[in-house]
Amino acid sequence: MITVNAEGMDFRALNERIRAAGGECAVINCAGQRFLCAGAASGEITAEGVPGNALGAYLNGARITVFGNAQDAVGDTMNDGTITVHGNIGDAAGYAMRGGCIFVKGDAGYRAGIHMKEYREKVSVMVIGGRAGSFLGEYQAGGLIIVFGLNKGEKPIVGNFPCTGMHGGKMILRSDCRDIRFPGQVSVRPAEEADKALIKKYAAEYCRLFGADEAAITDSPFTVITPGSSNPYKRLYVAN
Amino acid sequence: MLKEGKVRIPSGCAIAAVISVNGERMSGETVMRAMVPMHDRSNGLGGGFAGYGIYPEYKDFYAFHMFFDCRDTRKKCETFLKERFEVVKGEVIPTRKIPEITDEPLIWRYFAAPLKSVLADLQLDEKEFVARTVMKINSETEGAYVFSGGKNMGAFKAVGFPEDVGRFYRLEEYGGYSWTAHGRYPTNTPGWWGGAHPFTLLDYSVVHNGEISSYDANRRFIEMFGYKCTLQTDTEVITYILDYLTRRQGLTLEEAASVTAAPFWSTIENKKDEYEKERLTYLRTVFPSLLVTGPFSIVLGFEGGLMALNDRLKLRSMVVGEKGDRVFIASEEAAIRAMEPQAENVWAPAGGEPVIIRVKEGLY
Repeated sequence: MITVNAEGMDFRALNERIRAAGGECAVINCAGQRFLCAGAASGEITAEGVPGNALGAYLNGARITVFGNAQDAVGDTMNDGTITVHGNIGDAAGYAMRGGCIFVKGDAGYRAGIHMKEYREKVSVMVIGGRAGSFLGEYQAGGLIIVFGLNKGEKPIVGNFPCTGMHGGKMILRSDCRDIRFPGQVSVRPAEEADKALIKKYAAEYCRLFGADEAAITDSPFTVITPGSSNPYKRLYVAN
Repeated sequence: MLKEGKVRIPSGCAIAAVISVNGERMSGETVMRAMVPMHDRSNGLGGGFAGYGIYPEYKDFYAFHMFFDCRDTRKKCETFLKERFEVVKGEVIPTRKIPEITDEPLIWRYFAAPLKSVLADLQLDEKEFVARTVMKINSETEGAYVFSGGKNMGAFKAVGFPEDVGRFYRLEEYGGYSWTAHGRYPTNTPGWWGGAHPFTLLDYSVVHNGEISSYDANRRFIEMFGYKCTLQTDTEVITYILDYLTRRQGLTLEEAASVTAAPFWSTIENKKDEYEKERLTYLRTVFPSLLVTGPFSIVLGFEGGLMALNDRLKLRSMVVGEKGDRVFIASEEAAIRAMEPQAENVWAPAGGEPVIIRVKEGLY
């Protein structure tokens, strides 16, 4: 694999180098360069240092692994592929993503999974190992958000106002959620057998990527949040 | 020329700050480094810095940093100052001629103390007198602008990219226990020297990334108390609000943060701690006009410390990290790593959660 030293490079030059390498490279010394691998349809890229905002924006099938933290807007509008972050991610991760997976070892900032989508076989997935900030899954329209809340300490698994405006998809939180307030338009229930299969699948993948204990994750109460009806905004503008 | 929609300018303002809790003096180079990876957040229409502890030899005097449009204005202002202050030193602020920074005004600094006789006559305390003098110059003297006027601190700002502004002002030659920095992408006002950040009053300085939507409501309220918003820019009003709440109303910085970035009523309602619930209710009820809405992340510099604060919805990014006795704040983690590659405990404060770092007592 080719190694690209990002030191002193601006984002255009760095992205050109990555494309020139056919999308197969190890990028070292990232220092905030934006749009890394934007739109990449294939290849496998690893990044060390701190990649900049909008990492993997419009990603279309490539696989990105970050050995450290990532900044804001990871996987903005991504369509396919996988982004794996061995650290924390900033705000608005997975903004409007419509396919592919984002795995985060640690915490997510505010507005993770805002306006995530799905269409038929394309189901976007975001797995957050730590805790998530406020407005998790805001306007969620589809896809799956799972938060494990590992190493969250005294803090709640999610900040204020989760699921505001949620009207599609599913959210699963590893908590009984007794202290969390959800808006009126979502239904909140403990995980059932079918959910547990889904939880097991993603817990196993999380452990494979980051080396955690799967039983310690799955052996815990989980709460599932879905929109209260299949079309909660049906009558908001016109009857259709 | 490319038109709207044909070119993307990925900008959004940048802020950064560093402080030594042990009061060790750092050159301006540390915080200048932070602005390099965030270059694309600015568009070259403003950059600036504030340094604290930079004038130990004049620490008992107010350091007025001033722009003048011409020699006549300077002479007029000096006469005005000398009627009210003992001016112990007046000099050109040293700059470096570089092609990136052009059209500079006359840039001077004065170290001065208010005349005791004038204070006694006006029955004003020293800080109030200095604040009023600065407001008077900035609102009434055409072509003159005080861009900082605190003790043992100073702002340095210009039209240009922040890295260039730092070189222009030779910040590597100053030593301060804390520094703040800003790269500007002006949204509503033209980029001019006075409009660059930081905005200051007395020893307060504010660098801001965002665009507050409550500007006019805040301005109308604060102007009732003698503050004059002369720059048409939202950051100025934040500086005056923080001065009003802390210096004039005697609130702590934590309380001032609870006023300006007050939680939603529903969030207050759900607080389990009854004291906290009452405290937040009281502050929102007494100062409703000082709630600052819309996106902001700011760093307030003050004598002996820094405060970082996000709007309650956290519509702008901000991260904090530390290493040894140093604490770093920036819009992006990459900027923190540029200041200190080995920074530890990098975390993102929640919206409305103030992060206050003070130099240990007696060390500044």
